[in-house]
Amino acid sequence: MKITESEVRYVADLANLKLTDSEIARLAKDMDEILTHMDALNEIDTSTVEPMAQVLYQSEETATLRADEIVPPIGNDAALANAPLAGAGYYKVPKVIER
Amino acid sequence: MTSDVASLTIEQVQSGLAARKFSAVELAKSALQFAQAENPKTNAYLHFCPERALAAAERVDRKLAAGENAGPLAGVPLAVKDVIVTEGVRTTCGSRLLEHYIPPYDATAVVRLEQAGAVILGKTNCDEFAMGSSNENSAFGPVRNPVALDRVPGGSSGGSAAAVAQGTAVAALGSDTGGSVRQPASFCGVVGVTPTYGRVSRYGLVAFASSLDHIGPFARTVRDAAQLLETMAGRDPCDATSAFAPVPRFTAQLDGEVAGTRIGLPREYFEGLSSDSGDRIRHAIELLKKLGCEVRDISLPATKYAVPCYYIIATAEASSNLARYDGVRYTGRANEDTLSGMYRATRGQGFGAECKRRIMLGTYVLSHGYYDAYYLKAQKVRALIAEDFRRAFTEVDAIVAPVSPSPAFKIGEKIDDPLEMYLSDIYTITGDLAGIPCMSVPCGKTSEGLPVGMQILTRHFDETGMFRLADAFEKAGGFAGSS
Repeated sequence: MKITESEVRYVADLANLKLTDSEIARLAKDMDEILTHMDALNEIDTSTVEPMAQVLYQSEETATLRADEIVPPIGNDAALANAPLAGAGYYKVPKVIER
Repeated sequence: MTSDVASLTIEQVQSGLAARKFSAVELAKSALQFAQAENPKTNAYLHFCPERALAAAERVDRKLAAGENAGPLAGVPLAVKDVIVTEGVRTTCGSRLLEHYIPPYDATAVVRLEQAGAVILGKTNCDEFAMGSSNENSAFGPVRNPVALDRVPGGSSGGSAAAVAQGTAVAALGSDTGGSVRQPASFCGVVGVTPTYGRVSRYGLVAFASSLDHIGPFARTVRDAAQLLETMAGRDPCDATSAFAPVPRFTAQLDGEVAGTRIGLPREYFEGLSSDSGDRIRHAIELLKKLGCEVRDISLPATKYAVPCYYIIATAEASSNLARYDGVRYTGRANEDTLSGMYRATRGQGFGAECKRRIMLGTYVLSHGYYDAYYLKAQKVRALIAEDFRRAFTEVDAIVAPVSPSPAFKIGEKIDDPLEMYLSDIYTITGDLAGIPCMSVPCGKTSEGLPVGMQILTRHFDETGMFRLADAFEKAGGFAGSS
């Protein structure tokens, strides 16, 4: 076993995902199978290989720098238009601080 | 006119407008009417945007009336995958979570295509957040393959491929992270292109795996796909990873002269190929030889590690990118008393099974104690896969391979076996991992009448060589618009 149901619960907690018991059982099975397949990578010696963190960048290091000019922002109303709950120009969420 | 809409190419739209056979508005109206009537057969479109389409068409007609240049895509009916944002037009990513999301801006690719005269008819169905290889992971129902309605169109850009094959759009935009343009193109018998990483701005492409995501075109001919790419490619300040490389006029170089092109056949891509698809690819290789190409066997030894490498990197990046769907900003929210309860319930209810599976895998491989064993290891293996291609391209000008181990499978056939589904991406994920340009061009049909695509891969930024070879091949085989 690569992963147990209790580890699946722990990872779901890290990922902020509420899962049902049947989803947990299914995920334990699927993840076990997929992670076992991923073990194939251990066959290759990569001790001298640099990890590939950048796909492509063929220009000078400063090429993406630009003048610091103000461009019109998207605007408060447009930015909040997709909020499930907004008010007074802000996103609203359930109360975080108890008084 | 309605009956013609289904087979038009970009060139035919241009000549029709120039000869006053139809106006852009007339074409947009008949294209919309045809697409809306045909759509129930395949579920390729999720929603149409007639107002935006007619406004774009009117702009084209006004320019033409004033004798101005209306652009290389003037009046061309276009479908856009629903992971690419469109200002004021609902963009769902195939997810319940974004069912009511209306973006406040346009993707750069969309802006550039509309400026060139394209007429966006609507948004196409896809696997949720582009995660899938069959389009069965859409919250709004699967797409049916117009060539065989009981089969999948491929994924994740299944709706875009199906629309072009069905004739309900002249061309379409998709996105490719592990094969999501090329595989559906091959399944539906149309041309699908994944450009060099960074060639097309990702601004406005809803992020799945940022180091692997590409926007790419679908079309009925290689020339049309090249036209779309040259119109939308090029540096965009809104995407820091977009390339500064100048964009050639690909369409001006499709002269059919490919004799002497050195083509490599990677032997790892021909093992485990189903006999029907294999036969079509082997016929295609004979045709390339007749065109004067020099064909030789090559080896890309890291290929066997591509699937685990890809599914570590892609899920790791996905788990980070999808963290933003927290019930605060993007429409969907579950009502809970606490903030953390709200996050969890929103995500638990909003995401479908495949998204959850990938978020979980990605979170796991990035978590404390596993990072080095999985994520870092995968990044090193990715370097080996890229190095394989670099070495191969010192000996050959292009690589030719299958797109998928088998043609379009039946709806429901693989949905309960995620690993089996992941393994079917074997031939397409390598191009994304290396960031090189690659495409699928139709190369015939199996004995059951199912389309097969041939994949062409070339060096970074050598889309020109890729299109020249594909165009010569398409013409020699009579494959244009063959779906």
